[in-house]
Amino acid sequence: MSRSIFYARRNIRRTPFQAIAAIMVMFLTFLSLLTFILLAAGSELALKYFESKPQVIVFFKEGTTTQDIQIIENALKQENRVTKTKYVSKEDALQIYREKNKKDPALLELVTANILPASLEISTKSPEDLAPIADIFKKEPVVSEVIVPEDVVQTLTSLTRIIRVVGLATVSFLMVFATLVIIMIIGFKIRLRRNEIEIMRLLGASPSFIRNPFILEGIFYGLAGGILAWTLSFGLLWYFTPFLQGYLGEVHALPVDPLFMLILLGSVILVAFVIGGLGSISAVKRYLRI
Amino acid sequence: MILFENVSKKFGSTLALDDVSLEIKQGEFVFIVGPSGAGKSTLLRILTREIQPSSGKVMVGGIDNTKIKDKDIPSLRRKIGVVFQDFKLLDDRTVYENVALALEVLGKKDTEIAKLVEHTCRLVEIWDKRNLFPRQLSGGEAQRTAIARAVVGKPDVLLADEPTGDLDPKTAWGVIQLLNEINSWGTTIIMATHNQEIVNTLKRRVVVLKNGKITKDSKEGKYE
Repeated sequence: MSRSIFYARRNIRRTPFQAIAAIMVMFLTFLSLLTFILLAAGSELALKYFESKPQVIVFFKEGTTTQDIQIIENALKQENRVTKTKYVSKEDALQIYREKNKKDPALLELVTANILPASLEISTKSPEDLAPIADIFKKEPVVSEVIVPEDVVQTLTSLTRIIRVVGLATVSFLMVFATLVIIMIIGFKIRLRRNEIEIMRLLGASPSFIRNPFILEGIFYGLAGGILAWTLSFGLLWYFTPFLQGYLGEVHALPVDPLFMLILLGSVILVAFVIGGLGSISAVKRYLRI
Repeated sequence: MILFENVSKKFGSTLALDDVSLEIKQGEFVFIVGPSGAGKSTLLRILTREIQPSSGKVMVGGIDNTKIKDKDIPSLRRKIGVVFQDFKLLDDRTVYENVALALEVLGKKDTEIAKLVEHTCRLVEIWDKRNLFPRQLSGGEAQRTAIARAVVGKPDVLLADEPTGDLDPKTAWGVIQLLNEINSWGTTIIMATHNQEIVNTLKRRVVVLKNGKITKDSKEGKYE
């Protein structure tokens, strides 16, 4: 095996431009794969966040008593579709407002608990339950406004679906393309080394002695491209984490879990190994008749 | 050692070898002579299992090489060294690397390879050229390199297909002396040639092929 590795290294060194081209194609394939995986994982986390957040927020009219709200809350507890309710009093609302705007004192000056309405945050089992629950509250005389973030969830659900479908299609195409590029480059190298292969055969080289360096070369291209793509995506993600965190707000998708990235690296290595190996084995079978 | 028994080979409708029977003993030096197209190269290619005969039996070292499986061909070829008229050296490798290749395919370790390559290169007098590439060598030096590569693995048989074809008479004679010396170690040598002078001077066994048939087989023969 060490001899095969030595031969593979020499083959790569002696045709550097082909090696760079193969690694670039594998790099682009894996960069796309990782981009779609990270986007899908991020949108999944955002979706989970919105699904787990109080999805219906009911604001009460001025003058509604705590007892009135308590009665409504008790009634909701009997409702199967509701998983959790949380009462936010005027004082709690002021506290939240102050916390959110603590960096801007001008916004805090004139605001008192009296001008903020009390509210009830209601979580449901599924996004489909949002509308019926909201409808019930709209008829309540003590309710001034009902906010349903149903649209956000719907948008996120369809966005996640699109990312998955487009990602799967693009990555599948790129994987086939990358495999074909490996077949083409290894096939070309086999033809280029026809004379050497012929001499090796006459000297009594075993088929594996001749084949293995080409197969290892294909695997190297896959691994090099895959690991480079993973390193770049991890680096970019790490670098842009502060910016993206501000953009994502309360969705805790970042900083990305190192274990998740390690699992991703393991998967990239596995897929790169398969693509590189499959491409080079196909090329060897097609062009190297020993 | 080597036995051809009623061997025939057809390429389409052309009969390259016609019912050839021949026995070569261990340590013999045999010239295969004849005009172009007589079947000399076909005979050698059958020995290395590059091609299969259309009929007949070919024994090498007690094994019928027409019946061996594809996976056993490398083992057969390791017993046979081959030298070609056009040397067939790898242009992108040095003399040392070209000779070492024969041992690498045998799976020898680097230390052993270094020892054997040096020993063989010194024997064929190309050790001082070990770092040169084939394009930097003269015809004689290139052929000596090819011979070193063919014998470094200590094969039982050395096949030489027109090894002096591209060389001037003086250099050709040097190559023949080298083959003669290799033969003195006990290696069987089968050499296909057109070179009348060499055959007649060496006075070794001569097998004459004409139109795929053996027309003469003499112990201390001449090329007439």
